[in-house]
Amino acid sequence: MSCIEARGLRKSYGSSVALDGLDLRVEEGRILGLIGPNGAGKSTALNAMLGLTEYQGDLRVLGRNPWTERDELMRDVCFIADVAVLPRWMRVHQAVDYVEGVHPRFDRAKAEGFLARTTIKSTSRVRELSKGMVTQLHLALIMAIDAKLLVLDEPTLGLDLLFRKSFYDTLLNDYFDRSRTIVVTTHQVEEIQHILTDVVFIDRGRAVLAASMEDLEARYFELSTSAENLAAARALRPIHERTVFDRSFLIYEGVERARLAPLGEVRTPSLADVFVARMSRAGGQL
Amino acid sequence: MNAPANEPAAAAPEAAPAAYPWRRLFYWSVRRELWENRSVYMAPLAMAAFGLIGILLSSFTLPHALRAIAAGDLSRSGHLMGPYSFAAAAILLASFFVAIFYSLSALQGERRDRSILFWKSLPVSDVMTVLSKAAIPMGAIPVVTVAIIFATQLLILVWSTIVTLVNGIDPTVLWSHVDLGLMWFMLPYGLLVNALWQAPVFAWFILVSGWAKRMPMLWALAPFVAPAVIEYGAFHTGHVGHFVMERFLGGFGQAFSVEGEGTAPISNFRQVHPIDTLSSPDIWVGLAVAAALLAAAVWLRRRREPI
Repeated sequence: MSCIEARGLRKSYGSSVALDGLDLRVEEGRILGLIGPNGAGKSTALNAMLGLTEYQGDLRVLGRNPWTERDELMRDVCFIADVAVLPRWMRVHQAVDYVEGVHPRFDRAKAEGFLARTTIKSTSRVRELSKGMVTQLHLALIMAIDAKLLVLDEPTLGLDLLFRKSFYDTLLNDYFDRSRTIVVTTHQVEEIQHILTDVVFIDRGRAVLAASMEDLEARYFELSTSAENLAAARALRPIHERTVFDRSFLIYEGVERARLAPLGEVRTPSLADVFVARMSRAGGQL
Repeated sequence: MNAPANEPAAAAPEAAPAAYPWRRLFYWSVRRELWENRSVYMAPLAMAAFGLIGILLSSFTLPHALRAIAAGDLSRSGHLMGPYSFAAAAILLASFFVAIFYSLSALQGERRDRSILFWKSLPVSDVMTVLSKAAIPMGAIPVVTVAIIFATQLLILVWSTIVTLVNGIDPTVLWSHVDLGLMWFMLPYGLLVNALWQAPVFAWFILVSGWAKRMPMLWALAPFVAPAVIEYGAFHTGHVGHFVMERFLGGFGQAFSVEGEGTAPISNFRQVHPIDTLSSPDIWVGLAVAAALLAAAVWLRRRREPI
């Protein structure tokens, strides 16, 4: 059974279409990055998966319909929908008590262990914590829950670089164990690409690319070449081209590495480069 | 409180139930409401404290009044109940305002500070959340009110007795004229009827708090004030206004008279008719309306997003 399976997912707000027939499939034990420009429908897709919004189309999360079976689904699913959504009046120990009170899969000792590594005091109120500390607290609570699916929607927005880095490191080292599934969206593509196993590019409410990271590395190459080889390089039909000073960088999809190598330096493009290449080819605004 | 943490580690994840029973979820939901809204008990406690300061000052006039009564002048005996009634009324008033402001922000505050996204990430259903929030004005506040009033009146009685003894007066003079027994029976009964009577009011406030983006007070009152004003302008009558005020403030009147017009002060048990009152259609229609309004609030919370 797939962890998430969406077919023809649609959602519109008035006349604006947020999801326009999105197809998506996430197997258990994967870490999927959902990547797309602003307004592409990422958050709407996640909200649909979490039973936070109604939708049209076929959607199963852990075998359940998230809208009609939301209460049951929330026993196995956890999410951070935004930064700093913890109630500002709450004390740290109250947050731990409360989650322990309502969640059967919450491990208090684990949460306290995570918190002990931070400078967060258990008597502090959330409003007294910095934005980064609130995120640490939220992550400590969420990671102590033995969930099958964790959904993170821009979990590190507005945090400084150090917090962002340690957020993903902690997630990978202390939480992910191959039986769980994680879905994450973020603008900072470079920061998450090393933790992902799968990626879906989403644009205007549709999935324009869905691949595992291995596939991506086997399929996309970036050629860095100088002016004299440019015509030959262009003949191989790159999907994207940019020039920095007198070097040209061309991205190819499905062209063999051996054919590119004589023309210059070949390397695996970053996720951000592939994203830009695919989006500009799809006619997306940059 | 932390019982599960003390259980052996071996019983941890595998033995954990798929879901906790609703009583447990309800308990924690109400508890977190009380954490967030400390005014539920702080406001009536503050009122009680003010009342007690007043009593301390009145200890100078109390011996004089008791000596007059002991000498056969009963004209002042009615005043002896004054501090008890006054304290009760002040605490009731404070609690009433707390209930109003609580209900009007119940489903709005969580959208405004976006914490709804945190609450919804936990296995607590919208039904549970709305019911636990409704339980504050309809259950928790009346219970807290009764408890604080009882404690305050008891302190007043103890203090008055001490003053009496210090002044060498027989305390039975005081006790025979302070009939707390009747009040301590009537008050919980009155608050129970009042809570049932006002249930649709608070359910309406909670629904509006889940709908309004701002100024819930205005949205809650406008649908009633506007027709009342129009009615008065057009016909110089006040049926709408009367209907609303009766539902808002008439709970105690309902409790202590059959016709819903409590006019005479209650002086003995035979004046109340709990069975008649609690079986009146007005109460039950009100409860049905409250249930419908809360169901609408659940429907709304399901679909609402942060403001």
